[in-house]
Amino acid sequence: MSTLAYVSADGGPARRSAAALLWRRLSRNVMSVAALAVLVVVALTAVGAPVIMPYDPDEPDAEHALEAPSGRHWLGTDLYGRDQLTRIVHAGRVDLLVALAATAIALSIGSVLGAVSGYRGGWIDQLLMRVIDTIQAFPSFILAMGIAAALGNSVTNIVIAIAITHVPIYGRLIRGEMLRIREMEYAEAARTVGNPRRRIIFHHLLPNCLPPVIVQATLAMGFAILTVAALSYIGLGIRPPTSEWGAMTAEGAGYIVSGEWWVFLFPGTAIMATVLSFNLVGDALRDVLDPRMKGV
Amino acid sequence: MDPLLSIERLQMHFPLRSLIPWRAPRLVHAVDGVSLHVDAGETLGLVGESGCGKSTLARCVLRLIEPTAGRIRFADTDLTALGEEDMRRRRREIQMVFQDPTASLNPRLSVAATVDEPLALHTPLTAQARRARVDEVLEEVGLGAGLRDRYPHQLSGGQRQRVNIARAIASRPRLVVLDEPTSALDVSLRARVILLLGELKRALGMTYLFISHDLSTVRYLCDRVAVMYLGVVVEEASARELFDHPAHPYTRALLSCIPIPDPDAVQERLALAGEVPSPVDIPAGCRLRGRCPLAQPVCAEPVPVREVAPGHTVACHLV
Amino acid sequence: MTPLLALEDLTVHFDTEDGVVQAVDGAALAVGPGEVVGLVGESGSGKSVTALAILRLLRPPARVVSGRIRFDGRDLLALSEEEMRSVRGAQISMVFQSPRTSLNPVLPVGRQIERLLVRHGGAAPGQAEARAVAMLREAGIAEPERRAGQYAHQLSGGMCQRVMVAMALATNPRLLIADEPTTGLDVSIAAQILELLRDLGRRTGAAILLITHDLGVVARLCDRVVVMHAGQTVEWAPVRRLFHAPAHPYTRALIRSIPRVDREIAMEPIPGAVPSLLAPPHGCRFAPRCDLVRAECTARIPLREIAAEHRVACVAVEGR
Repeated sequence: MSTLAYVSADGGPARRSAAALLWRRLSRNVMSVAALAVLVVVALTAVGAPVIMPYDPDEPDAEHALEAPSGRHWLGTDLYGRDQLTRIVHAGRVDLLVALAATAIALSIGSVLGAVSGYRGGWIDQLLMRVIDTIQAFPSFILAMGIAAALGNSVTNIVIAIAITHVPIYGRLIRGEMLRIREMEYAEAARTVGNPRRRIIFHHLLPNCLPPVIVQATLAMGFAILTVAALSYIGLGIRPPTSEWGAMTAEGAGYIVSGEWWVFLFPGTAIMATVLSFNLVGDALRDVLDPRMKGV
Repeated sequence: MDPLLSIERLQMHFPLRSLIPWRAPRLVHAVDGVSLHVDAGETLGLVGESGCGKSTLARCVLRLIEPTAGRIRFADTDLTALGEEDMRRRRREIQMVFQDPTASLNPRLSVAATVDEPLALHTPLTAQARRARVDEVLEEVGLGAGLRDRYPHQLSGGQRQRVNIARAIASRPRLVVLDEPTSALDVSLRARVILLLGELKRALGMTYLFISHDLSTVRYLCDRVAVMYLGVVVEEASARELFDHPAHPYTRALLSCIPIPDPDAVQERLALAGEVPSPVDIPAGCRLRGRCPLAQPVCAEPVPVREVAPGHTVACHLV
Repeated sequence: MTPLLALEDLTVHFDTEDGVVQAVDGAALAVGPGEVVGLVGESGSGKSVTALAILRLLRPPARVVSGRIRFDGRDLLALSEEEMRSVRGAQISMVFQSPRTSLNPVLPVGRQIERLLVRHGGAAPGQAEARAVAMLREAGIAEPERRAGQYAHQLSGGMCQRVMVAMALATNPRLLIADEPTTGLDVSIAAQILELLRDLGRRTGAAILLITHDLGVVARLCDRVVVMHAGQTVEWAPVRRLFHAPAHPYTRALIRSIPRVDREIAMEPIPGAVPSLLAPPHGCRFAPRCDLVRAECTARIPLREIAAEHRVACVAVEGR
């Protein structure tokens, strides 16, 4: 066909893949790279904790109780003589796991609800949004407390409690994106090509709603960790002797006045550093993903 | 022989949301009783300015929106009577090329995935057979199989529109509806896409419903043309007849407004007073009445459709 | 005749993350007092960038690398920002595409014109209101007093563009730059706007630089035409000469590639693709697609006068 003569005619330059562009813009910001590094360290140590940590986090050692940071115990010991560093790293496992699990569950449920709600509209939308309104009517921490108190404070229940309080975030976000995207021509095109409705929603549109969700999930991880820590701080969270940052900080609070500053400072710093890093990375992702990548 | 597509007295009225819940809502008369037909192998051009209802009509033909009245017959089947699933299956035979090449492609799907989809949904071909077919279609539209793994953001505007076209013809539909396929393209790319459409038409015997406001492109590509204004067809004729002997004042006004690229050509602009009225409160009688320089008292009466030459019909009192 | 505006050897680069985009390369044009000059080119030809350069509206990452823009005897590129502000809006006005987004959405349109008149026209606030209404009437807006109090979103696209034209001509500028003023407007409204521009231009004596990709508009409205391709000025001629005796291969190819509404013709698309401005070819940027290409085409090609007021940047064209 003679049109082949014009094939290379409207050939644009092969632009970089989306991932490469993303990385390049992300890496421009020093703070976000540092934050990302912190998260990587936390994650790696959490995964490798049983192997790399020299001490047992739960084994008491009364002889060395409340020792200040030294060559043997880099971050000191707590009331029971347990090595702080080991406990903090192990606690990282718990906190990250809970946050990750809660976020993953909330994201899945919230996305489905939001997608169906946004695409279908009508009474389904109204119904689902009212359910979400109900959840959001409670201050999220109070709700999490209530659920944890009602179900009992096991790791599973904490995850459920946090997940429930986070569902509205994703539900609304996805619904908003869906409302925008369903008017786009490729949504119409998916219909004209002959896709059944379910495929249009889940295969075509939902993946395109995800960029802002990724940002939100990153930020929400930070909140999830804070919630676990706070619940544990007031005793409704992870039960001892399992180490957890919030619980450790609560224990340490009693020793501020008597001068054993290391017992609360290090776990508290761990919480702060991790949550801050999630926030910074989330913010950087938001700048990078939006608007250049919005809809991409 | 029966036409491939037959639109009978199609009506699409959108209700305006009224603040007073118990009052009957006012209606936007987007399409107000349009009857058209397209024969197999023919290209029918549908022209008009914004608000005339041509895009709405296209969407009704594809049942992307449900018409409020009228029938759409496609090769002996009444499309308007089909259920959701039956209509979905019929979509193999009626496809659409959209206006905005960027917005009409899913940014997460590669070129190959986009073009493969109609095949996967409607044909019993194996994955391997589909792969070969996708490559074939990509060659047909002048893209070349080498671009199959690219994503839309890695393509130029012209290439994206070709992907759009490839997707539309992949399942060898009998009718392709094109909604302003070149309006979002740069001038130099328009020519290429129009030529491509012309070649595909000849090589594959495509039937097109070509919607556009660009009359010069319509002249080039279409066999017959229908002109719409405020939801109704005001004139219909073969392309040559319409452009050489326009009869309806609106058609004549429209043609006179298009600047001819020849500084010496004499062009008298037939001016229509004012602006297009709102499609909500339609005046009785001829819809052009308030703006037409030739308006007479009789124009307030319902408008007759007259045949001024074989195959050339006009909805006007005065011809 | 001394031109009102004379652009010489303008080069503009954009510093992007992908590299330096050489958007405009040695462009030239001239507009005489009261003339209507068309600046024609496809998208990517650099015509809009050139217009923004004239008004010094370019911001980083855009950079004017070299050139002179002589307006009324002064080099605009050498003026301070303060001096430039007294030129913009007062001596040179601009009308943009998408009129609705160019108007301030929170001010009634009448007020926007009044502000302009007070700032540049030296009108007292009391007089400004009446003059704004008068300008709206001159721009063909019915019921101008009522419309003056309305906001941009209450007006149709065509009416918004009329308001833009009224604003642009309110201060009696010597030059009006109109950048694709009819894109997105319906054919009949576009025709009205172009007629308005031409009539008001004649009446006020303003020169018009009309930027467009539509050769039809150029043929009907312009006295002279400048053709740009990939950032370079390739041809410059009085309108009738451009259409009856186009010299540059690009101009000829462009004219052959447009479909016509008044006759059936064979449309021939321009072969090849617009070159990337990140790594453009040396010398003439049309050379890779040109069938008259020769060795000299890789060097800088100046605009050469081949007939009265007819200049071409091509070595393959004989002077006539």
